[in-house]
Order: sequence, then structure tokens, then C-alpha cells
Amino acid sequence: MIETVVQVELPVDETLRIRRMRLQPEDGGNGRRISVVTGIHGDELEGQYVCYKLSDYIQKNMGCLRGTVDIYPALNPFGIDSITRGIPAFDLDMNRIFPGSAEGDMNEYLAAQIVRGVAGSDLVLDIHASNIFLTEVPQIRINELHADRLLPWAKEANVDFIWIHGASTVLESTFAHSLNTADTPTLVVEMGVGMRITQSYGDQLFAGIVHLMKRLGVWDGEDFDVRTPVVSADNDDVCFLNASASGIFLKSVNHGASLRAGDLIGRIVNPLTGEVIDEIKSPADGWLFTIREYPVVSEGSLLGRILYGKKDSV
Amino acid sequence: MEKKILFEIKALYRDDFRVTGYSFGQGERAACVVGSMRGNENQQLYCCSQLVRKLKELEAEGRIHSGKEILVVPCVNPYSMNIKKRFWSIDNTDINRMFPGYDEGETTQRIAGGLFEAIKDYRYGLQFASFYMPGRFVPHIRVMKTGFEDVELAREFGFPYVLLHTPRPFDTATLNYNWQIWETKAFSVYTTTTEEIDRSSARQAVESVLNFLRKADVIDYDGFEGYVSKVVSTEDMVTVRNRSAGFFEGKAEAGEHVRKGQVLACIADCYEGEVIDEIRSPIDGTLLFAHAEPRVYQNTAVYKIIPEREEW
Ligand SMILES: [Zn+2]
Repeated sequence: MIETVVQVELPVDETLRIRRMRLQPEDGGNGRRISVVTGIHGDELEGQYVCYKLSDYIQKNMGCLRGTVDIYPALNPFGIDSITRGIPAFDLDMNRIFPGSAEGDMNEYLAAQIVRGVAGSDLVLDIHASNIFLTEVPQIRINELHADRLLPWAKEANVDFIWIHGASTVLESTFAHSLNTADTPTLVVEMGVGMRITQSYGDQLFAGIVHLMKRLGVWDGEDFDVRTPVVSADNDDVCFLNASASGIFLKSVNHGASLRAGDLIGRIVNPLTGEVIDEIKSPADGWLFTIREYPVVSEGSLLGRILYGKKDSV
Repeated sequence: MEKKILFEIKALYRDDFRVTGYSFGQGERAACVVGSMRGNENQQLYCCSQLVRKLKELEAEGRIHSGKEILVVPCVNPYSMNIKKRFWSIDNTDINRMFPGYDEGETTQRIAGGLFEAIKDYRYGLQFASFYMPGRFVPHIRVMKTGFEDVELAREFGFPYVLLHTPRPFDTATLNYNWQIWETKAFSVYTTTTEEIDRSSARQAVESVLNFLRKADVIDYDGFEGYVSKVVSTEDMVTVRNRSAGFFEGKAEAGEHVRKGQVLACIADCYEGEVIDEIRSPIDGTLLFAHAEPRVYQNTAVYKIIPEREEW
């Protein structure tokens, strides 16, 4: 059943609606609920395929459903519709306005009603796709404050990597942080790249979600085997590669590559002069879980991330 | 006066990115004034240009106290200004959400870091700031509550109001907040506008900054004394919101004193022209902020009112 979670009237003959698909047995089910959410960032589309696939799969096997699956494919419909990362007209990152406020402006109100709709789920997956600049292996990112509660779930999600990162005040206004603080466990998935859909990653995460549904008692159908992720809880074992100069980045390896110290990751070139400005080499043995996809870089632009010591890719 | 480059990034096809500062006087790092950080902050840039002009005159007249240095940074983000984009050209990040910065991080973290390194040791830090909501303000000084704030000093600007603001999560990455954490007495100066230049408000702001610098014993100046500032907490302000979306017709302006029940604005249907919502003041007070765009979304904060109080 398609439900409107929140709606507001716009000035010129349009209603903004944020909708979800609620799938549950006819008798309402066992009260357990998983929510799959995506599209906070309008330029991240990897979650679109996952939502489609999950909805299609469950609707073809309704007899196996025991609890509730809520699918929210577009938390930022304006953004998705206009290839805009944030909320157009407000130039605002939607993932910095949670938990919102029922008395606040339009966006704060939307945020508050979304939280109201999702809160109380037994598990929430918030699917992101990095951004247009970087490609990521399927991974879950966990704020260290919530690691104890989230890690056991994250390990069952069929991702390649779990990154437990330090707490940051600025991140307190994200969707996931707001829900985790309000006792609704929420996993942030990052995979693929902005503005594109990597179906193999979508298939992988889909299998993980079905497996989680099974674990939660929401699902009584077929299960999928999940892979064992690499877990990084130590911020010192992740190396950030930033551009030393402005130019055009040409990558030499793909994300997911196993690297030896000194391996070439890519070059920054100057098409005007025909020069190679810099060659980016791996500082140590490791696993390249992020790589720059967007070629134009300025000094400082992120080119990749390496997990040290992880030579064999999963 | 000495014009100097505070931070620089070499570019591929554009001119190199530069943050330029104007230094007046020599000696102790007394005061730093920062102007526009976003591409639409014309008023903030204009205020700095007028301040630079004034300080040149004062320096020529020998009126900057010996042993004191003032640094003015008119623009932190010329790249965005020149292409009329509000945030950073490539990734749309906001430099004023990147402080204290990081010299090995992303581009805007490096810009924030490079700037902060150059300006963090000043005793006083002043920023011509802008607000994200479209509209006009009563000129005021905003001070963030960090434990290091100095409200009495904020009154020395002689602005009508000093607003005390409790930081929200994203405020912790702003210049003002980090200045205070590094023990610079920091003040955000809000004039009436952002994109549009209000010359008389800019003049008042520049006078206020010079007035402040005189009180802080940095310059000799015979300017105006200004107002006796009222100190208000942002929590005490009353926000007025419209119920319906439509054309916005304001009937009251920032700075105006309003009575409870007075009509502040009307909202009209965008197709049929009928007035569908009348916004009335819930209290007696002064309008600190008034919305100024042709159309409004539902529930927009169209006015912010400073309540009237006996003790004032
Ligand atoms: Zn995202």
C-alpha cells in the first residue's frame, strides 16, 4: 500500500508528497518492521534499484512476509527530480536538518514527519551512493557512539566493509544520527557512485536486506548467504589521498583494488601543457575502497581511501 | 597599508585562487575583519571595501595606534563570487562550515585552514555575516555562547541589538565559533541585506566597526556613539510563520515596532489572487527580521520579533 508520509502545498499548483510503500501481511503481521530509506541526497541513485528490486521481490512472494517492510525511495523528491544533491531552492543539505521540527519551516517539518514515520522500526537502512566524485565499495558507516548496537546488524548486511568512524558534532543533524539517538537502529550504507546505478551492488545489498529481514523475523522465505565484511574501527588504518595539485585525474586502478606500496593509483595531468603534474602512488600495502571518479580535481580534492594492511580484496 | 596574499591555490584553467588581506598598522595582532565567504554576499564585500577605504585614510592621518595591527579580509571566496554561485564552485560546500579547517583535507577545508592560520591569533575577530533566509534584518551583532563570549564588548559597536546565540551542531564549524574556541573575541556583524547592497546600512556598519576599534583602543576616531544596545537571546525571539503558500505581500518592515494583532503580511493565491492568509503579530515588539521574496512556502519564518519588555 502506498502511503503519504508527509505533504505540503507549494505556492504554484503543486503538492509535495513524500511517500512510502508499506508491505505487510493482510492481518498486519507480527509487528516487526524494517524500513529501507534512500534519496536524501538527490544525486545518489544506487538506492533506487534496491528499492525497486526489494518491492518487486516481496510483492511476488507476499506469502512469506511476516512483518512490515516500509520502502521510502525518495526522501528528497525535488533533489532527485532536478539532479540536485541538496534541497533545491534552499541550497540545503537535507542530511543536516534532522530531527527537524513539527513547528519549523517546510524542510524542518518534512524532516520531523519523516522521522515520525520511520521511528520505532526494528531496523532502518539509509542507502547512500557516495557522491558524483567518488566510487565506493559497498560499505556501512557507523558512528562509534552507536557501534555496540549497530555492528552485529551491519555484519549481516552483505557489505564488503564496515567503517566505524569517530563522533563529530556536525554529524549530529543527520537522519541516521537522529534515529540512532532516538533508539531506532539505523545503518548508513554507502555504495557505488552518484548519478549512476551499479546493479551488481544493488543485487548484493538486496540479498543482505532479505537476510536481515529473515533475522528480524519479518521474512519467512528464501534466505541468502552473506559475505563477511572487513571491519575497521581504528581511524589510523584508513589513509586519505588528497590531490596535491589542481588538474585532471586519470585513475590507473579501480576501487576494490589490492595495492602494494608504490603501486600507481592515478595521475594528475594538465591538458593545456601536456604535463603530468603528479603521480599518486600507494603509500603502503592496502585495499583501495574508494576512488575518485570525477576527473576534475582542485588541490585538496579526495582521490581515494586506502585501508592499510588489507591486501586481499574480499 | 600592506596588501598580502593569505592563502593561495594553483588552479588548472582559472586564475589562481587567492585570499587577500589588507593590513594596517604594525605590532600586536589587534583586530581582524572578514567579509564575504559566500558568492552572494555582496553587502558583506561592500562593507569591507568601505572599511578598507576608511582605514587607509586613518592610517595616513596617523590614527592607528602604534603597536596595533588591523587585518581586513574582504573576500574569502572570490571564485564563487565571480561565477555567482553561493557555495564552493565544484562541490557546493560552504567554507563557513569548514573551520578550523585542515591543511591536508579537501579543498574548502584547506581554504578554511589556511585562512584560520592567518587570522586565529587576533585579539578581536569581526565577521560581516549573512543569514540563509531571504529578507532584511535590523542591524545587529551576534555573539555565540561558547563560554568565551563577551557581551559587554559586543555593546561597544553601538548597534541597536546584540543577539546571544546558542550554537547548534553545524555552528561548531563556523569561523565565529572557532575564533572563540581559539580565544579570539568574536563578533558577527549583521547589516540589513546580503545580495542587494544597502549603502546606508553599510555606512552604519563601518562606523560601528570603527567605533568598536576606538573603544578597543586600536584607533583614534571621532565617530558616532551609536545606540545603547539591547541584549537579546535568540531563544527569546518570537518567530511568526505563514500557514499557506502563495504570493507574499509584506506590510511591515524590519525595525518597525508592531502591536499585537497588527497585520504584518498577506498571502495571496498564486492563480486566483485572493488573500488566503493574513499574518498578524502575536505580541508587541520590534521586527528583527522580515521576509523579502515574492513567494513563500508554507510555514516559512517570515518575521522574527524581539518582544517588548518592561526593563528596556
Ligand atoms: Zn548521501
